[in-house]
Amino acid sequence: MSDAQAQETRNAEKTDTKKVKFIITRQDDPDSPSYDQEFEVPYRENMNVISALMEIRRNPVDSQGNQANPVIWDMNCLEEVCGACSMIVNGTARQSCTALIDQLEQPIRLEPMKTFPVMRDLQVDRSRMFDSLKKVKAWIPIDGTYDLGPGPRMAENKRQWSYELSKCMTCGVCLEACPNVNDDSSFIGPAAISQVRLFNSHPTGEMNKSERLEALMGEGGISGCSNAQNCVEVCPKGIPLTTSIAAMNRETNIQSFKNFFGGGN
Amino acid sequence: MALNKEFAARRLHSLLGIIPIGLFLMQHFVINHFATRSAEAFNGAAHFMENLPFRIFLEMFLIYIPILFHGIYGLFIVFQGKANAKRFGYFRNWMYIFQRITGVFLLVFITWHVWDTWVQAQFFGADVNYQMMADIVANPWMLAFYIVGILAATFHFSNGLWSFLVTWGITVTPKAQLAATYFTLVVFVAMSVIGLRAIFAFV
Repeated sequence: MSDAQAQETRNAEKTDTKKVKFIITRQDDPDSPSYDQEFEVPYRENMNVISALMEIRRNPVDSQGNQANPVIWDMNCLEEVCGACSMIVNGTARQSCTALIDQLEQPIRLEPMKTFPVMRDLQVDRSRMFDSLKKVKAWIPIDGTYDLGPGPRMAENKRQWSYELSKCMTCGVCLEACPNVNDDSSFIGPAAISQVRLFNSHPTGEMNKSERLEALMGEGGISGCSNAQNCVEVCPKGIPLTTSIAAMNRETNIQSFKNFFGGGN
Repeated sequence: MALNKEFAARRLHSLLGIIPIGLFLMQHFVINHFATRSAEAFNGAAHFMENLPFRIFLEMFLIYIPILFHGIYGLFIVFQGKANAKRFGYFRNWMYIFQRITGVFLLVFITWHVWDTWVQAQFFGADVNYQMMADIVANPWMLAFYIVGILAATFHFSNGLWSFLVTWGITVTPKAQLAATYFTLVVFVAMSVIGLRAIFAFV
């Protein structure tokens, strides 16, 4: 028997015997109470949480052998760039696509990010994040009735740090970690604030700088931050969110002085 | 553009915590520190403060109105947050929680402290002097209450100074914010030593 064959046999044995235990927080619809359900999924090599959930969907039977409804969750890119599959895995808000079974302690606990309205099981509604992006005008308006010609160039060093900010995938992990994002507050959360910094750093986007800053100075804006700084610790993309918030604090303060005392726009 | 109310209130809350409340706290501790020299030195300093011209206006604008706004609006801020250090036990998140715990405690402590000293002097003819404080802290429970109050105040001020620097966009980079953490730690220790030395001078 060659080494490769031996390895394969060992893997086959492992696959037969090993099970992966899950405790999943489930909820049948947005208004009903949540409950826990346990599942056991046959182990395969290189499994992630999503492939395990797919296995449950294929064979929706709980660990007692009762028939269950398939677990609902969101997913899209499967390579941690879209942000859709965020959930709480063993107490940590993260993307389930990059949550590898081999690296997780069992039983693996899956919960929805309850900062957002839970639609069903692990699926949440992140609309508020997209509403916030609209509120702060997180885009560069270049549409018009005639060709505006090429925009101004961007300095390379600026491009480098603003590229980091552009990695935000609106996954919601920073909002989940923020103590000030909850039902009692209208705070938009760290992600949208960092996007204002991104679009204000762009030479063309900068032309509408004050509009975005004024949105941040409005209801639920930047003043909702109390510097607990959980966001920067949990961001899966390593975005310097607290640097963005502090930078936008400076900019909004300057803007408010300009608005009151005059000077610039 | 009209000045946004929430934005303006939060900025004002942050500013008032340092100017004038933080400065008042320093002044208060320094004056009290005269007690470590002698009862007479403390009485002299206290009476000097008592006899400042325009005292009622100085008190009104440099401490009463600012601290009332800071305390009441601060309580409103506390209710907007949901502590989650159990899930996210990071250093700054703990500071966030301690800032709120000390803030609420100080609201109780300072109300009591003002009742015990200023109100007694203003309305019941008591004289604010060394003996008054010595009588208060003769009760070991009151002494403990004052010690916790002093430490809560120095913590709340030092940590508030740290977040003031962020809120006003002075410390932006993580490096600057870390340096501010060490700086405010020194402020906390120094202020605590001054405050505690002062209170123990009455024991």
